[in-house]
Amino acid sequence: MSSFAGIGMGLAVIGAGIGIGNIGAKAMEAIARQPEAVGDIRANMILTAALVEGAALIAIVMAFLAG
Amino acid sequence: MKLSKIFFALVVGLLLAFANTAQAEGGKFDAKATAFHHIADANVYSIGPWSFPLPCILYNKDTGKWSMFSSGKFHLVGHHGDGSDIVDGYVLNGGTVNRITNPTPEMLEGHMPIADHAHDSHDDHGHDHHIFGHEPKTVDGKEKEVSYFLKGGKKFYLEDKTAWDFGVFGGEFTSFYDFSITKNVVSMILVCLFMMFVFFRIAKLYKTNDGKAPTGIQGFFEPMVVFIQDEVAKPFLGKKWKKFLPFLLTIFFFILGLNLFGQIPFFGGSNVSGSLSVTLVLAIASFLVVNLSGNAHYWEHVVWMPGVPAWLKIVILTPVEILGVFIKPVTLMLRLFANITAGHMVMVIFVSLIFIAKEGAGEGVAWMTSAGSVLLTMFMMAIELLVAFIQAFVFTILTAAYLNASTEEAHDHDHGDSHEHAAAH
Repeated sequence: MSSFAGIGMGLAVIGAGIGIGNIGAKAMEAIARQPEAVGDIRANMILTAALVEGAALIAIVMAFLAG
Repeated sequence: MKLSKIFFALVVGLLLAFANTAQAEGGKFDAKATAFHHIADANVYSIGPWSFPLPCILYNKDTGKWSMFSSGKFHLVGHHGDGSDIVDGYVLNGGTVNRITNPTPEMLEGHMPIADHAHDSHDDHGHDHHIFGHEPKTVDGKEKEVSYFLKGGKKFYLEDKTAWDFGVFGGEFTSFYDFSITKNVVSMILVCLFMMFVFFRIAKLYKTNDGKAPTGIQGFFEPMVVFIQDEVAKPFLGKKWKKFLPFLLTIFFFILGLNLFGQIPFFGGSNVSGSLSVTLVLAIASFLVVNLSGNAHYWEHVVWMPGVPAWLKIVILTPVEILGVFIKPVTLMLRLFANITAGHMVMVIFVSLIFIAKEGAGEGVAWMTSAGSVLLTMFMMAIELLVAFIQAFVFTILTAAYLNASTEEAHDHDHGDSHEHAAAH
């Protein structure tokens, strides 16, 4: 597998990391502001994280096949 | 002894049993081929060291001949799904059926062993790597790896079945269509039967427990069904939630069942939802339901949206919206495929770490690695359980969101805007 594919995958994972990190950070802040909304916030956080991760995983699979 | 200790010992013991069998074979451990072999479909259902042959239904476009036989006719040897016989011009190689592209006439009619000498075919470790091999070949200007085997000094080239993905995932249009009952088909049938059994039982329990508290399996599934109804169907679909709730529930539980079935260890590792064909069909189902329920208001917003200058619509907005109608199901398909396949591949690689350690640093290090690898794999399995639920939920909620967009009535949002304007004054 060429190393360009590996670099591409690494970049995609950086994007996923930043995105999901932001989601997690905002979710923590929201829970700190209103602890009784934990259930709602947790469900939305997981949903949004899955969407962001979906995009990153598509990029990873494409890089894997291109390399 | 505590149950968890027994379980741990059992898992390590089974893994080491496989380590011993792999050790008996010659040749280097190919991590990439092993990973691909474990996430690909197969014409043989192998559970641990046992293989169950499955029916093969093959069509050869060149000769126009349909072949239907059990893959046991290939005489399976070893546990990598290799067959020692040629049947009707087909060969079982690594669990999948390949066609011989330049067969001799005797090969096309019935049965003959691959090996030239009788004693070669009693190899217990799968295909003899001196007979099978691959070489690079240029086809249509592209470099490809073509497999072949040697018989009587001549090279017979093998080709894979037609994969309808236009070469995106390494598939291609070949002259041989494989309609067999493969491992994925068997897994899907098993999951469907299980779901039918469960849900008929729950329906019967609801009749007998009318008005009383839920019992047994009804109590396990009721929170999930009510969750889909209250968190997905009602908020997203408004008044029409009852019409689409069965479809959303079917999608959710089918994908969940497929994901979880692939997670059961030592049960053939059937990677069903990680196969592009299955997720493609699910995405097509979602696409058809969303677009066939679209009303005039939805199509107006896709093709000729109000409130935007005409030149802008023709140049960019309408093409983008029409592309979006097709790209949304494609992303559904790829998201589910990538998540599940990535999870399976990571687990195969964690276990392969043991064998890679044996190749690189000898057996002692491999034994020590096995403890850490088993722990890593179990941790990954916990994450995969979570991912199974999350991916089924995300597929369902996105389908509900697209349905919401396609069945929205004109007065649902415009009316609301005018009310807000009035209230602001």
